[in-house]
Amino acid sequence: MNAPTYNFAYLDEQTKRMIRRAILKAIAIPGYQVPFASREMPMPYGWGTGGVQVTAAILGPDDVLKVIDQGADDTTNAVSIRKFFQRVAGIGTTTSTGDATIIQTRHRIPEQPLHEGQVLVYQVPIPEPLRFLEPRETETRKMHALEEYGLMHVKLYEDIARNGHIATTYAYPVKVEGRYVMDPSPTPKFDNPKMHMSAALQLFGAGREKRIYALPPHTEVVSLDFEDHPFEVQRFDKPCALCGAEQVYLDEVVLDDRGGRMFVCSDTDHCETRRANGFFGEMAEGGHDAQTSPLRGGRTEGPGGGEDGTNIPPPLTPPLKGEGNLSRPVAGVGSCKTSETSSFDCVAQAEGTPPGRTSSGHPPLKGEGSR
Amino acid sequence: MNEFPLLSVRSVTKTYGARIGCADVNFDVWPGEVLAVVGESGSGKTTLLNCISTRLEPTAGTVSYRMRDGEMRDLYRLGEAERRFLLRTDWGFVHQNPADGLRMTVSAGANVGERLMAIGDRHYGRIRDTATDWLGRVEIGADRIDDQPRAFSGGMRQRLQIARNLVTAPRLVFMDEPTGGLDVSVQARLLDLLRGLVHDLGLAVIIVTHDLAVARLLSHRMMVMKDGRVVEHGLTDRLLDDPRAPYTQLLVSSILQV
Repeated sequence: MNAPTYNFAYLDEQTKRMIRRAILKAIAIPGYQVPFASREMPMPYGWGTGGVQVTAAILGPDDVLKVIDQGADDTTNAVSIRKFFQRVAGIGTTTSTGDATIIQTRHRIPEQPLHEGQVLVYQVPIPEPLRFLEPRETETRKMHALEEYGLMHVKLYEDIARNGHIATTYAYPVKVEGRYVMDPSPTPKFDNPKMHMSAALQLFGAGREKRIYALPPHTEVVSLDFEDHPFEVQRFDKPCALCGAEQVYLDEVVLDDRGGRMFVCSDTDHCETRRANGFFGEMAEGGHDAQTSPLRGGRTEGPGGGEDGTNIPPPLTPPLKGEGNLSRPVAGVGSCKTSETSSFDCVAQAEGTPPGRTSSGHPPLKGEGSR
Repeated sequence: MNEFPLLSVRSVTKTYGARIGCADVNFDVWPGEVLAVVGESGSGKTTLLNCISTRLEPTAGTVSYRMRDGEMRDLYRLGEAERRFLLRTDWGFVHQNPADGLRMTVSAGANVGERLMAIGDRHYGRIRDTATDWLGRVEIGADRIDDQPRAFSGGMRQRLQIARNLVTAPRLVFMDEPTGGLDVSVQARLLDLLRGLVHDLGLAVIIVTHDLAVARLLSHRMMVMKDGRVVEHGLTDRLLDDPRAPYTQLLVSSILQV
């Protein structure tokens, strides 16, 4: 690594020390938001500056880093953060959940249960669960200090009054060790139960808001609810269309402009591991090479922020599993989905496919039921 | 009535630098009693109300309150947590402007239910039933329970604020000009409602108003303030029919007759 102008993992040692102190305090008081002197990072706020600082502070030369964004290893945010740490720390990276020692994540917790010794670092946009109910920071801090959390239930009450059920599906508030109410960052509430008594250390970094909070391993994390409207996670009618997995969180991928859609694992590593082990869903007829169907091959460099082969120096990273024949459609990043849809035709035409081929190139989509 | 006062105010003084907010105020409030504090604008009524409701720490003097266990406690020696707990359970505070006392962005039902959830009620159905019941008591239709207070008229908002405060069955309610800004017919209905609730629930109320008619209708006792000091103090009927202090005489004689 010839980047002598940077300290190991970008931040200078004094800064790392300051962040580590905040992390230690956060671990000592699970769920409590510790203020810290967040630094400016070479990326915009909202791209995970908090998570990156936490990762930089805990990273050692022997660590193996995995970065996911919405469960995917191959989205822009994940790729650029992984590349960033490869360059400034020269550490090894992986896409395999089991092999990683540190997993930085945005919006998801991997499906594969984490084990002892692993650290999950969350990127948090707004750490204050009470923020949209009480705009004053002085007041919310007081409410945390005095354990006045009635307001949180007012929000859930409103949900039920308006929608007949608790309609909060992400950033679902949790109570940690019976004390602090915490925002689990915008993970889907599907992942809330995974936080409870997790064997891994979970660290939350909010760069713009300058807060760090943590869940030590084996911490009690309870999602707030009402006695007559208990907490429940999302359920999906169908298994993953590529690997057939059930009981996992699925992303909806729009396939064409005629209402076609498929549901696939949001955790790409989980999906690929299953397919490598011989599990297939209804839309992954194995064995054929890439066709023009947008579902297979040739789409990894699409506008959805796929991995650019030149981005990653080969020696450091194993080839991404997603580059193979059974490549899943690029990424389930919510904001990218629509643009992907509209670009399918463009891609097909650029490849010299007669117009109309895309619509007839793959079998009519079975009514991938609504969730 | 009970032989012990519920709230006891001794030599409460609040100064803003050299200026006086209120000075050397003494009084007791007994359970179930309505005390009106009247006076012109700037006479220190609201400062006094804030001082005794722990919203503004007085410069000197003590305010003590009889807790539910019967013990008399100095409010400013309670911990902040205890004080805030008191404020949202055993007390109510009705603001002049309903927007100050309500959450304007959540539904009426949630506004009424907030205190219940704050003290640990976690059963949606029960909270909603209680909210419906209270909306009925303050004459708001049950079909408005999911509407936001923004969609309510001024009088309805004020009634909603009252329901929100009374839902935890407080023993003492502070009211700051509860009828200010309402037209007379709405005022009359609100006063009627308040009188009924106060009587039925046996509330002790400290009501600040500049409207002597409101004081006459609601209160048992009255305190007249001028320039931060209490100039006269007595039973409402006596005070309004036979005012002794020159300022009270002036005040009573300036009521408009229709």
